[in-house]
Amino acid sequence: MNGRVGIIGIGYTAAQPTTPYSSFKELMFEAAQRAYFDAGIDAAEVESFVTCAEDLNTGLSIFDEYTPDQLGAVQKPMHTLTQDGLHGIADAVMQIKSGLVEVVAVEAHSKASNILTPDWILDYAVDPIFNRPLGFNPHALAGLEMNLFLHETGITPQQVSQVAAKNRTNALRNPLAAYPARLTADDTAAGPYAHYPLRETEMAQTADGCVVVVLASDDKARAAASQPLWVRGIGFANDSPTLESRDWVHAEYTRIAAQMAYRMAGITNPAREIDFFEVDDTYAYKELQHLIALGLYPNRPGEAGRALEQGLTRPDGKTPVNVSGGCLGLGWTLEASGLYRIVELVLQLRGQAGPRQLPGAKMGLAQSWRGVPTTSGAVAILSSEQKPWE
Amino acid sequence: MAGQPTNVRGTPVRSADLKKGRVFTTTYVPRIQYAWDTGQAIGRYLEELKNGRLIARRCNNCQRIMIPPRMFCERCFGPTHAWVVVKDTGTVNTFSLSYVSWDVRRLKKPEIPAVIEIDGASKGMGILHVLGNVSPKAVRIGMKVRAVWKPAQQRTGSITDIAYFEPIKGKAPAAKRTAKKPFKAKAKKSKSRKRR
Amino acid sequence: MRRVAVVGAGMTKFIHRALETPKELSWLAAKAALDSAEMKLDQVDCVVEGTAPDAFDGVHMNGEYLSDGCGAWKKPYLRCYVGGGTGVYALAQGWFHIASGLFDTALVVCEEKMSTCLPHPQAAFLTIFDNITEQPLKPNLLWIFALEMNRYMSVHGYSVEDIAKVSVKNKRNALGHPSAQLGAELTVKDVLASEIMAWPVHRLMVSPTSDGAAAVLLASEEVAKRVTNKPVWVQGVGWCLDSAYWTNRDLYYPDYVEKAAWMAYRMAGIREPRKEINLAEPYDPFAYKELHHLEGLQLAPKGQAPRLLADGVFDRDGDLPTCPSGGLLGVGNPIAAAGMMKLCELFWQLRGEAGPRQVPGRPRRGVAQAWGDLMQVGTVVVMGVN
Ligand SMILES: [Zn+2]
Repeated sequence: MNGRVGIIGIGYTAAQPTTPYSSFKELMFEAAQRAYFDAGIDAAEVESFVTCAEDLNTGLSIFDEYTPDQLGAVQKPMHTLTQDGLHGIADAVMQIKSGLVEVVAVEAHSKASNILTPDWILDYAVDPIFNRPLGFNPHALAGLEMNLFLHETGITPQQVSQVAAKNRTNALRNPLAAYPARLTADDTAAGPYAHYPLRETEMAQTADGCVVVVLASDDKARAAASQPLWVRGIGFANDSPTLESRDWVHAEYTRIAAQMAYRMAGITNPAREIDFFEVDDTYAYKELQHLIALGLYPNRPGEAGRALEQGLTRPDGKTPVNVSGGCLGLGWTLEASGLYRIVELVLQLRGQAGPRQLPGAKMGLAQSWRGVPTTSGAVAILSSEQKPWE
Repeated sequence: MAGQPTNVRGTPVRSADLKKGRVFTTTYVPRIQYAWDTGQAIGRYLEELKNGRLIARRCNNCQRIMIPPRMFCERCFGPTHAWVVVKDTGTVNTFSLSYVSWDVRRLKKPEIPAVIEIDGASKGMGILHVLGNVSPKAVRIGMKVRAVWKPAQQRTGSITDIAYFEPIKGKAPAAKRTAKKPFKAKAKKSKSRKRR
Repeated sequence: MRRVAVVGAGMTKFIHRALETPKELSWLAAKAALDSAEMKLDQVDCVVEGTAPDAFDGVHMNGEYLSDGCGAWKKPYLRCYVGGGTGVYALAQGWFHIASGLFDTALVVCEEKMSTCLPHPQAAFLTIFDNITEQPLKPNLLWIFALEMNRYMSVHGYSVEDIAKVSVKNKRNALGHPSAQLGAELTVKDVLASEIMAWPVHRLMVSPTSDGAAAVLLASEEVAKRVTNKPVWVQGVGWCLDSAYWTNRDLYYPDYVEKAAWMAYRMAGIREPRKEINLAEPYDPFAYKELHHLEGLQLAPKGQAPRLLADGVFDRDGDLPTCPSGGLLGVGNPIAAAGMMKLCELFWQLRGEAGPRQVPGRPRRGVAQAWGDLMQVGTVVVMGVN
């Protein structure tokens, strides 16, 4: 592989339940300005732009049309991915490694509050011939999956409730979070079922917000204003989109993406080598399923639940998970979810995470999933240190 | 050799097969609704449309006066600085006579969409609207036009608060016109246009 | 830079309404591309997919839905888009997947099934306009083309008749294409006699709505040399997006195409495009667009493309054959797949495999280009035999 890639700047708005005073363009402008300032560059120095957006989440077809002006991307290379912000990071890494460009900005945002019929739009993502005519709420797919996941792994509903309590509570220390709350597992377990065995309290609520991340080649990164964080590994993958032929127990998309990222980073024992994790928890059980797919509990998946009970994934535990508050605490920001995880990684690795700062964190992992009904995921590993042999 | 591509596949379906149910389909009407935040720039733009005037934003750096207004200057990549009320008159930059509605119904009387460069905004700053109260044959590029506003009580804060733009009588279209004859019929040289 | 080659290509028929589902169309094209290289799916490291708006296929997160049809099951998979420019851009995306060193092979699949959208796929285009300042005016997609064409004609002083010749050429070229939807032998008179949709645009100057898919297989130099003795090299890629405020730009000339072209030409080491390029597949969803784009691609001086067309320069046996495939006007326009069809055409032409469409004189280098959004995106790929 030719050349390292570093993250040299991040810009973001807080995640909020609604953002009535700003258009999506104005949100993007704010985040972009902050990102370029953080990187110590002018917009003109960015050579290529990647935005991550789904048409139906924005309410505009061919959404890439509306991206250039507020990013400083007019008459520049720009393209859109209909995927998570972490896919955008992977895209930028490949552009830089190819030698084509040296500085790339990746943007993703959410204006989820503008969607008046979110469940119907999600229903529109379900297979139109085989599944949509059955008329179920698409979130029920998470209920289906959770049921089998608990059955096969021995993880208990109580442990899942505990995930929700942990992440909402973590969000109390994150000023960017939209849904901080001081909750116990008993509180979350008291919530009504949305799609048995999934409770309403175990489902992330959407939030608005925007993140811009600037990546650069080795040379440019070393000269950057802020401390660069090195992209040590990147991976992305899809499992089967077809409900009838997918693996409902294991997050295969994450396992494959993680293998790719670990190979690149030279990681053989993630639990030991990586200091903290920001993983998808759109539904509380997903945090545990994704940690298993990341290879944290290689011997017995059920350990995921016990580790949680023992507090090992709390901020003061051995393997902190979703210190930011995750989607449950920070808010589910659609395609921007992965980039909010990158923000947390960067702040922690720079030592700028304030009251939630993890002592001595040198390497962190972010993982994303694109939500029901997809099996699409990505993984990124960042470190404040370069690879020893590079 | 017959040449590539070979073995191209794909099965055409005829309308008759569909109508007679020889081919199965599933039908789905999506329920997709949004309430878009207009934000500062477009929010004010709509508010002023309701008031019966057009408003733009100025960038003090490049001195451009931009419509539709925006809080950022895409050229300087910085914030814009001031609101500027512009005129509700302008010049037709380009137009079409459209005999097809947005959902592909045929129209006897054409709609006349046009890009109208707004007086008081910087050169070349146009908006999309439609022309009315004019014979399709009479429309020219360079024609001076003015906004015809809906009555105040019917205005809702929408671009349609302007019913249409109409020609300003007595103002002859500029010399530029749309060529209708093939170029071979006359000796011509292409006009060079000033680019920024 | 790591070299990347196209080693296989394939496509479906382009048809008004296909029986196949979007997934099946994707699969047919992907399989045809693999077969043409005599390769199997398990030799593919990653998959890139391109489609334009989800509104046509009628599926939200359409990329996810299509993934297994494209062969992405348990593979790294990205779906990219830049509106109508997607088909050509997708190859650039695949190019840097391999050039980065992360992958050795990439399957790039573009699909569109427009007929799914009722009552008419064109209605979906309403939602590409600005939701607040434009959609309330109920614009039709034809408007922007008519507005741009009128601007182009009036600035340079051309007539509708000058433009109509593009339709004649491309629909005739398409007669030699087995996938073509609208190949025909027509005269300029026929084109001008066809219904006026949105003056100055006549019906026969508009590409059809179509269902179809097309795919190419990309490989690193090492793999390419192992699997074929006729690799076609990706010499340059470029893409560029202009401002969304299209009513603030002069539409008579596509700056963004020029920028994208020079990005690709620089990478390919091209200094004098008109001398160094043997054939072109410029984007032709509407007749004037081919001319507009040839100027942006620096293959005709500003305002001169209609003259060169009339002189026969762009005919299949002319100095610079353009759209020898038959283009979107002749082969059809399943948005993203149409751009990919142009790349397939370069592959076959440069390998001398285009049969009745083969341009004479053993072309060594070609350029394909697509365009999209609100008259805003240029995407360019240069391919050659060495
Ligand atoms: Zn300015």
